[in-house]
Amino acid sequence: MTLLQVDNVTKNFGSLVAVDQVSLTVAPGELRAIIGPNGAGKTTFFNMISGFFAPSRGRIVFEGRDVTGLAAAERVKLGMARTFQVTEIFPELSVHENVRIAVEVAMGYRFRPWISRSERRQVEGRIDELVNSVGLPSKSLRLVGELSHGDQRAAEIAMALALKPRLLLLDEPTAGMGDQETHEATALIRRLHREDGYTIVLIEHDMRVVFHLSDRIMVLDRGRVLAEGTPAEIAANEAVQAAYLGQAA
Amino acid sequence: MMRRLDANQITTIVVWAALLTAPLWVNSVGGYMALASRVVVLGLAAMSINFLLGFTGYMSFGHAAFFGLGAYGAGFTLKLLAANTLLSLLLGSLLGGVLGALFGLLIVRRRGVYFAMVTIAFGQVFYFIAYRWNNLTGGDDGLRGFSRAPLHFGPITIDILNNAIAFYFFILACFAVITGLMGLILRSPFGHTLLAIRENEQRARFLGIPIERHVWASFSLSCFFMSFAGALYALLNNFADPSNLYYVMSGNIVIMAVLGGIRSFWGPLLGAAVFVVLQDYLSSITTNWMSFVGLLFVLVVLFFPRGLLGFVHTRGPQRDTAAG
Repeated sequence: MTLLQVDNVTKNFGSLVAVDQVSLTVAPGELRAIIGPNGAGKTTFFNMISGFFAPSRGRIVFEGRDVTGLAAAERVKLGMARTFQVTEIFPELSVHENVRIAVEVAMGYRFRPWISRSERRQVEGRIDELVNSVGLPSKSLRLVGELSHGDQRAAEIAMALALKPRLLLLDEPTAGMGDQETHEATALIRRLHREDGYTIVLIEHDMRVVFHLSDRIMVLDRGRVLAEGTPAEIAANEAVQAAYLGQAA
Repeated sequence: MMRRLDANQITTIVVWAALLTAPLWVNSVGGYMALASRVVVLGLAAMSINFLLGFTGYMSFGHAAFFGLGAYGAGFTLKLLAANTLLSLLLGSLLGGVLGALFGLLIVRRRGVYFAMVTIAFGQVFYFIAYRWNNLTGGDDGLRGFSRAPLHFGPITIDILNNAIAFYFFILACFAVITGLMGLILRSPFGHTLLAIRENEQRARFLGIPIERHVWASFSLSCFFMSFAGALYALLNNFADPSNLYYVMSGNIVIMAVLGGIRSFWGPLLGAAVFVVLQDYLSSITTNWMSFVGLLFVLVVLFFPRGLLGFVHTRGPQRDTAAG
């Protein structure tokens, strides 16, 4: 059983081959990390999965359905949600309002010029649930733009969760965070994975985070797959050490 | 349930108190009823453009086209079809609203300055049609020979043609309906998606909101509201002329909105009031009145970048149980 199957995708930007025939298979419930040095093509690969742009060649199948040519909004409807390397939120709205938009879209109300009282209550209940689950209940009415980086990330994750995704794509969820924030974010992701059963694919720079969380790791280097395996296998892989770990250490 | 009023609700109450009592005090401050009517109509126009600008984040510099189409539509109705004020409002707003919706289909993929540029181009097309098509529109002289008709409600007839106060309240009733509709939409899930698009288009897209469809809906609604304001303007003046469609008019309406504050629901109305009253007062002193309005505009942008009503931060409705 596979949830996501990526077959030999390639992305060219002019003559530059950013991603070169990369394949990936993700099973339901899995937490897969994608690592690699800067410029390895991780985010490009992510962008193809989430529908930010289409691959030049190759195929992406999600839950048995070919989504290669589908727009981002269509893929969201099928159950993909993502966060971004640079946090993407609605800065001038409160946490509550940020999450509310996501909840209303997820409940299928996005084109509705009104909602009933009971529908509104359902929306509110769901917002509370989500805001609590990412640990922001005390900051619910603050403007997201005024929160710390870590809290903004948490709000972004709450918005992604509002969509009840079958696949959660996290692009460097701990980028730019201090130790304490990284620790909290890691704990949140682990809980989403182990307790709530989310299938997660994430890109990460922080090795501690990756080895801590992942079931399997894929290593990209210069647009190609360098290695794939369990954290222990990757740690022992000499090519990976040369290309990435050696560099980072 | 008792709860404290927020700044937004207080503003709403103050605005309506001022509008409803205007006939009592407008003369004593040197104004007159037709001026108050003009403030309300142009305020509605500024709020209409702000539906797109302030609450969806898209700038149009060609909205006068829809204002003018509404004005001509109302004028044609009264002159050629029937002496029916309500019908003229309906047909006027439909003319601009439908053309706006069709035009919207062509431009919703444009972004930022390109979006604004094509709206100017479109607006100018209609300006030249009105200017050149002498037989139908009266060309540069404008469309004349029509006047608003009395309102008939069963046995009751309201003379809105000669009774300036009655007409003012008729305009105010129209204003209440349209702004009420705007407020409802902005508080709905659909309105929330517009804020989402304004705030961060990429995030909105990755929440599953089809941006183009929602921007189109917002643009079309904004055009419809704008045409309605234009139709009212034709009724107010018993006249429509090409300057209603000119890009300078678009610019003036944008200035009103920005002057008052584009993040606030009522801001554009205040901006329109300041603009119209200044214009009325200064133009009797100097033909160069726009320099002074321009100076005020610069000062406001420098010192109150959020506009005169910028302190009222429009933030959708809070929960009843909101802390604080």
